[in-house]
Order: sequence, then structure tokens, then C-alpha cells
Amino acid sequence: MSTFLGMPAIHAPRGVGGLRGDESFPKAAKAALGDTQLRANIGRATRTIREKRAAVVEEVPDWEELRLAGQQVKAATMARLDDHLRTLEEAVTRRGGVVHWARDANEANAIIADLILATGETEVVKVKSMVTQEIGLNEALEAQGITATETDLAELIVQLGHDKPSHILVPAIHRNRAEVREIFLREMPGVPPDLTDDPRQLAMAARAHLRQKFLTAKVAVSGANFAVADSGTLLVVESEGNGRMCLTLPETLITVMGIEKVVPTWQDLEVFLQLLPRSSTGERMNPYTSAWTGVTPGDGPQAFHLVLLDNGRTATLGDHVGREVLHCIKCSACMNVCPVYERTGGHAYGSVYPGPIGAVLTPQLTGIEDNSSLPFASSLCGACFDACPVRIDIPSLLVHLRERHTEEQAKEHRLPTPEAAALSLVGWVMQSPRRFRMAETALRMARPFARSGRFRSLPFPLSAWTTSRDAPAPPPETFREWWERTRDQ
Amino acid sequence: MGAREDILQRIKEANTGIEVRAVQRDYRRGPLTTTAGELPDLVTLLEERLVDYRATVVRCRPDGLASAVERLVAAASPVLRAPGVPHEWCPAAEPDHEGLAAQDLDAYAAVLTAATVACAETGTIALDASPDQGRRAITLIPDLHVCIVRADQVVASVPEMLSRLEGDRPITFISGPSATSDIELDRVEGVHGPRTLCVVLVETDEGDR
Repeated sequence: MSTFLGMPAIHAPRGVGGLRGDESFPKAAKAALGDTQLRANIGRATRTIREKRAAVVEEVPDWEELRLAGQQVKAATMARLDDHLRTLEEAVTRRGGVVHWARDANEANAIIADLILATGETEVVKVKSMVTQEIGLNEALEAQGITATETDLAELIVQLGHDKPSHILVPAIHRNRAEVREIFLREMPGVPPDLTDDPRQLAMAARAHLRQKFLTAKVAVSGANFAVADSGTLLVVESEGNGRMCLTLPETLITVMGIEKVVPTWQDLEVFLQLLPRSSTGERMNPYTSAWTGVTPGDGPQAFHLVLLDNGRTATLGDHVGREVLHCIKCSACMNVCPVYERTGGHAYGSVYPGPIGAVLTPQLTGIEDNSSLPFASSLCGACFDACPVRIDIPSLLVHLRERHTEEQAKEHRLPTPEAAALSLVGWVMQSPRRFRMAETALRMARPFARSGRFRSLPFPLSAWTTSRDAPAPPPETFREWWERTRDQ
Repeated sequence: MGAREDILQRIKEANTGIEVRAVQRDYRRGPLTTTAGELPDLVTLLEERLVDYRATVVRCRPDGLASAVERLVAAASPVLRAPGVPHEWCPAAEPDHEGLAAQDLDAYAAVLTAATVACAETGTIALDASPDQGRRAITLIPDLHVCIVRADQVVASVPEMLSRLEGDRPITFISGPSATSDIELDRVEGVHGPRTLCVVLVETDEGDR
């Protein structure tokens, strides 16, 4: 691990935003595993997206070359991130936009609230954005008397259901059509009482519900998928048209983006606009992509603000291994192939960034000790690395963060951790054949307590292992006993 | 220190000892070739991709354009057109002007525009707000979008498409009508944007390139 020694690392602050859950991953996962409806919904959905993605990736003969270029463009961008951000700021300003910088979630929320209040409005429409969930923008705006309406269909389902998103691309993936119908009937004013659970009918109810809001909204808030430094162009990639509605119809547009979203040139988009849609929704191209630069007279919002957010990103950049997570283009391919995510769903991760990438990103944004169970929420099978369109080596990053967690623990406590204590005991036992034989005999005495060859729970301190997995019962005969028995004959 | 200086300083320190490496661009950037080394018919490929997205595609000769458009907008009224779209393409259409607010645009049943470039491989049409394509809002609010694409505007790949566009213009990339798969991943067309996209592919004099 290498950490820069200058200014102290600033992480995403506590008490605000969606990066910290109420309980650790193992606890939350246990509850999620018991929810059969959730497991069925998520299992079916991830399987479907996986198959679609595989088919369209198959079509592209230069997929590996594109992945390599994606990885290299991102690495080169991060290496001179300060220069690219200055260039972006200059280009946006030149084209009539205003650039704001926010060290963390609280600063960003305050900037955005002030910008909205300055327009005299108290209602805004929102394009789905991971970063606004990360900073808890909706809650912060509500505290200032501003109502933010989510306009992405899935985000709307989540918002109306007083629920939390569980996937970065399909946030309501954990809900089935019957549940969506119930939420709409209960929460959507003016919805026809004979609404069925047909997805088309449900989508048209959302269309009718949001239409007037779009046509009259004065202020919109969005995230960004990419920002081109040299031209100052911002891009939002979407499907429904709610993004275009928010980006083009209101008078004022406020876009907030993590500082890692910048790419140096327009040409770099030729890589990412090929990698992103196929990896995320399994389409050759998403239905709509909007690109805009500052303010264009007569077309779109005539006031444009860009908020550049750190919130733990420079601290992440300071870790020369862990920084690779900043290459992420938020496609969610890693989630859809992850055997852990597929069974627990997104809520168990406690962060708006779930799945393998979330397990690496979240602890780095918050500081590892605030999310120390996440780097362990993986089987390290490597499927996420194979699926990642920009070749982020997630398994290696997980191992790296586990190591950092152990280091932090060692620094904090003078007493050894349970893992360290257990391993030193094992070391002592293995030093002598006599001790090893005795340990084997002792272990076998536990055999009658196992059920169908497994222990569901063991007494402390071994319960640390069995809270999240079963332990196999010791065999009736050890290898040494078998050897002696069969060779002596 | 202000937030700006603070963040830039942190980045600089985090990057101490990090070098910039060159980017290899070994992916395809030129025209698409099939395994047999032939150039596929790009207009046909574009048509297939668009139909796959459930867009309606019509092909015609330049002299058949007006009647093709007339058939497509027959059931829609009133029709709006981007200000630079020639009157002859659709005599019934009214030109867009800045006085029309979003609510006014909502009164139009259809809109007619041209395009800047189209990418066959992905079935994508790019509009760059030139006069014959108009401001972004007009292709968003009316329920039917009729888009005219000339055969010589069709390129094979995403890199070729982007190289024909200028990054600092307002650009809309359209790949089929508005769609969502948010409810159990069942695809539904037309959540917020136009529910129907009709593309008229006009053969140019050189033939299909």
C-alpha cells in the first residue's frame, strides 16, 4: 500500500448520504437470504441481463481491444486528473456554464440547495444519478423545503415505495410487477383504479404522472456519465427520455458529477460509448444519449451549473492500488455476474454502490473501517473482472483492501485480532506431530454434534466462522490413521 | 484554502510518482468489414438494427420522399418540422420557432427532422441541432418522430459516427424509440419520449455507396 503523506485524506462524511448501512454485510445478507421473493426477483433479473449482455458482446470482434483502450484511457486520465479538471472548468465557463467545487457531500448539497433556492423554486425534477444518491441530495433538499422528484421509472418506483434502490442500473430490480402496481395505486395521485400489473400499463401510468411535471419544471438536477475536458461537453446516457426531458426543458440545469468522470477528448467517447451500453443493459446502444456544452442560446436551459465532487475520491486516488476503482463507468456488469450479489441483492451492501464494485468503492470513499465487512463480501471467483468493460481487477482490489483493514486493525488495537490469534494457535499446533495428532483426536470428539455432516453453529470463538457459513464435520478417520491402517497390512 | 485549490492539491499529491502511459487504440476505427472481407450494405444493416429496436423504417428514392412522409404522418395532426426542413418534404407541417414553449410542443402529434449521421452497427441516429434538425426539445415531446436519413450519411461504426460530429454542439443520439425495461426487465416502448420512431432512408444518387 502506498499512501500520500501530504494533506490528511478526506473521506465521505458520516451522517449524510447513502454510503453507510445500518448493519454489517454478514448481518444484512442473512436477512436478505431469507427473503425468497427477493431472491427469485433478483435471480431472474440478473440471469436475463447476463444472457443479453453476453450475446451483444459476442458480436463485437474487437471487444478485448476496446476494454484495453478503456482501461488505458482511464489510467492516463487519472494520472493527470488535475490538469483535465482545469481544462474542463475553463471550457464549461467559456461556454456560459458555472463550475463549482465540493470537497464532500455536505458542501455539494449546500451548493445545490443554494442554487435552487436562488431561482425562487422549491420543486425540481431529477435524472437518475448515482452521485446524488451517494451524497443524499434528496434528503438534504427536503430539509431546505425543496421537493425533488425522481423521473426515471425505476427510481420513481423506489421513491414512491419509500424504499431504497438495490441495483445501480435497474434500481427496482427487487420489485415484481404486482408490487409495482400496489405502490402506484397507493402513492400515485390520479392513477386509474382499474390499473393492471401489465408493465406497459404501469409505464403509461408513470408517463401520465410525470408529463406535466416535465413540461412545467423550471429547475432540473442531473448526474453525468462523461465530461469531455477539452470541449466542456457533458453526456447523459439513458433509455426512457426522462433524461432528455430534464436536460432540455427547464430553465436551469444543475449537474453534479464525481471528479473521476472526466475524459480528456471527444475521441475517447468512441471507446466508452461502445463499452457502456453493451455491458450495462445488453443493448448495442441505449435509446438516448444527450450531449451538451455550457449554454446554447435558443436550445435547452439558459443557466447551467456543474458541481465537481470529491467526497473521498482524492483519498482513493492516493492509494496507488485502490485508485483503479475510479475507472468504473457504472455499468453494473459485475453485479449481474456476481454469485454473492445474485443471492443477497443490493440492500445487504448498505451502500448505494452494491455488488463487487461497491464492495471496493464504498470502503475507499468512507474510509475502510466504516465499511470493513464489504471487502469480505466476495468469493473472489473473478467473474467480475472478466465482465468489467474497463478491466478493473476487482478481486485483487478486494484482497488489497482486506490487507489494509488488517493493518488498520493492528494499528488500532495492540491486542491481536481473532484471526491473528487463531492463526498463531494453528501455528503452535502444527509445530509438533504429537500436538497435531492430539488436535485431530480432540476435533473428532465434536463429530456426534454435527448434523448431516455439517455444523450450522459452533461455540465462540469458532462462531465467527459459522455465522456466515457452515463448517464441515471432522471425518471419522484422519488421513494419518487411514495411512497407518492401510500400509501396515 | 478554497475547495477548488484543496481538491486540485490533493490530486497532485496523490499522483506523485504516477506516470502517464500511452493509450493503445488497436480497436476498429475504420469501415466495417465482414469476415469475408466485404463491405456490408450499411443502409440494410442500419435498417435491420432499427427494426430490431421496433422503429418503423421506410426506404425511398429522393423523388419518393414527400409521398413516403405523407403516408407516415397521415394519421397525425398537427405536424411540426425543424425550421430548416424543406417545405416540400411535408407541405402540411408547420415550422418550429422559438415562441413555442414546451406545452405548445405537446400539442403537436408528430415532428419531422433530418439527421447529421447514422451508425449502422448500433442502429443510432445523431442529431446535432443544425437547422434541419432543430432544437433538442422538438424531437422529444411530439409522440411521433419522423427522421429523414440520406444513404450517404450512414457510417459503419461508433468511431466513424463521432468523428463526423462536433463535440461542442447540442447532440442527441437516438437508437430506437424511448424505452424502459424497469419492470421485470420487460421492454416497454415510449415512457417519456416519442412512442413511435419512423426513419425514412433516402437512397442517394451514388446508390448505396
